[in-house]
Amino acid sequence: MQDMDLLGPFARMLDDVAGPAAVRALEAGGSIRPVWQAIVDSGYLDALVGEEQGGAGLALGQIAPLVEALGARALPLPVADTMVARALLAEAGIAAPEGPIVLVSSLAQPVSGALLADHALVDTGTALVLSPIAALDPQPTGVHGSVSAKLTGVPQGPSLARPEGGLRAVAAVVRAALIAGATARLTEMSAAYANDRVQFGKPIGRQQALQQVLAVMAEDMIACRIAARMGASHGIAVPVHLAACAKITTSAAASRVANSAHAVHGAIGISEEYDLQLLTRRLHEWRLADGSEGYWSGVLGAARLGSAATTVDWVRAEVFG
Amino acid sequence: MFDTLTLATLPEQDEGLRSVVRDLVARHVAGIPIDRRARSWQGFDAGFSRALGAAGLLGLTLPKAYGGQERGPFARFVVVEELLTAGAPVAAHWIADRQSAPLILHFGTEAQRQFHIPRICRGESLFCIGMSEPGSGSDLASVRTRAERTGVDGQGGWLVNGQKIWTTNSMHSDYMIALVRTSGTPDDRHAGLSQIIIDLKAPGVTVRPIVDLTGDAHFAEVFFDNVALGEDALVGREGEGWKQVGAELAFERSGPERIYSSVVLLDAWVRHLQATGRNDCAPLVGRLTAELATLRAMSIACTARLAAGESPVVEASIVKDRGTGFEQELPVVIGDDLAAHPDEPVSAELYRTLLYITHVAPSFSLRGGTREILRGIIARGMGLR
Repeated sequence: MQDMDLLGPFARMLDDVAGPAAVRALEAGGSIRPVWQAIVDSGYLDALVGEEQGGAGLALGQIAPLVEALGARALPLPVADTMVARALLAEAGIAAPEGPIVLVSSLAQPVSGALLADHALVDTGTALVLSPIAALDPQPTGVHGSVSAKLTGVPQGPSLARPEGGLRAVAAVVRAALIAGATARLTEMSAAYANDRVQFGKPIGRQQALQQVLAVMAEDMIACRIAARMGASHGIAVPVHLAACAKITTSAAASRVANSAHAVHGAIGISEEYDLQLLTRRLHEWRLADGSEGYWSGVLGAARLGSAATTVDWVRAEVFG
Repeated sequence: MFDTLTLATLPEQDEGLRSVVRDLVARHVAGIPIDRRARSWQGFDAGFSRALGAAGLLGLTLPKAYGGQERGPFARFVVVEELLTAGAPVAAHWIADRQSAPLILHFGTEAQRQFHIPRICRGESLFCIGMSEPGSGSDLASVRTRAERTGVDGQGGWLVNGQKIWTTNSMHSDYMIALVRTSGTPDDRHAGLSQIIIDLKAPGVTVRPIVDLTGDAHFAEVFFDNVALGEDALVGREGEGWKQVGAELAFERSGPERIYSSVVLLDAWVRHLQATGRNDCAPLVGRLTAELATLRAMSIACTARLAAGESPVVEASIVKDRGTGFEQELPVVIGDDLAAHPDEPVSAELYRTLLYITHVAPSFSLRGGTREILRGIIARGMGLR
């Protein structure tokens, strides 16, 4: 199946059930059921599950555009997390629960989307444990509109073998693809707004100063898309160096793109009723989740310094290889 | 937006060219110090370019009928990447192979193709590009150099008068492909511009090298005083020069030379860190490595558009603007790192390399279109204006 054949129906389904009003309702503590049921019914949750286990048998690289579509709608539900978790569970022969599952690479900091999840797949450092979220006492962060939660305690439930490098690499690539989708949407919204908004008698998009800002946004958007898809290109057993490149590029771009989008939109972008803030708040959250650019830069740099190869040779072997 | 610019991979058969380039480069580059290698595509060695031609490593995108290899843009990416990361002196064939031959192939007459392209593929015919003039930098449509028709009934030719400046490698070149006005005035803007091939050995041509801030003289002023050329000097159609130049600049802006200008310095710094055993700057190394990897993937994505037969003008501008930003950041952060350890010895070769790149780096976002102009092109591509 072509990737674009997958994306079209998925994006239309999201447009039907997961528009800005639905996102606001989820953030306000509304029921996840209407949105979640539509996603379950679409069949996409088992996209990554092997065909022999009843799934679609798709590779992570093939569904990267779907994850971007989730990011472009600032959907706080852990849909992509659940897709990855269900594939890992199926591979281990564990029946997946029906509800949303968050990927938890660490309990030390808030977990994106955890307030909307029924289960957590927790990397304990020695194994992955599928725990009911209630067993981890999810506590809201107190951040306005956030459905992240701080989890504590010992995860209770079936355990499966921990992949090499743990959950953090694949979780980081999921976050990278979400960021890529959100930056794409923000870039489109900002270009459209710059063409509409008139000041000094002409659209502000005719101002060279603004054009320079928007051009850099487009560069970041494309860098994010390509880095995220590169991260997803080796399947859900994501090599650590690929995860690092994907998350460094997207996390570093996330702050810039969010700030530029607000700069272009002016005061209206700050207001609650305007959709821009749904995306920019989520961008910052995804940047901090599963290791920021600084964390992954340390990982990648230490590995790079351990090799005598030239930088391009090293990158060809360790990232593109 | 720009949906077609996405992840692409280099075909396996083109990857196979690496070992061929490596052997040749090793023989020619071994004795060149790092600060000379840092000249990247400004390093000139006509003998090396002929050796590349003899090894079948030039004209990779050009048809076999004209002496090319007919392998396409991906093969060229692989070869160019190897040459640049080694710091091989590629200036002699660079412009002819990258821009002049494709331009002549697309727009030239059969006679022009048969005359010029095989020589370019052998690394024997060196070209430069005459675009800028003293009064025409970013505003290229304002060029004043004129080519007037002479003679009658197809027996005539062209008489060229005017001046070009900042013309890379013109002092070494056999030919210049110049953007000139063949009708109208600068007020007519894009109308009335044409491209002509000027034999730089013709009477009336004067080339005066310009020394740059690093002490190198890689560009020059070129004066035309009643230079008489044949009818066949015109390349492409009279009055279509502006459109042709746009296609030519897409070639110039899309290649890996827009991300690797400082890579010799990056490698020298990493070797320095490894020799000192210092790893306090691992996060910086990691960040730069990730950016290089992302840019490489973006450049390959752009190459895929070329391979699909497109002229990715906006996409190439995106890669070039981000790529030159990276090239310019490297000497800044590497200089800071080295000098942040004032009691740590730095080799003279690394120091010279750092300062050479530091001084020349502003040119990275000038040559081939300034940062501000490129961002304007990108903005137009986003539907602004």
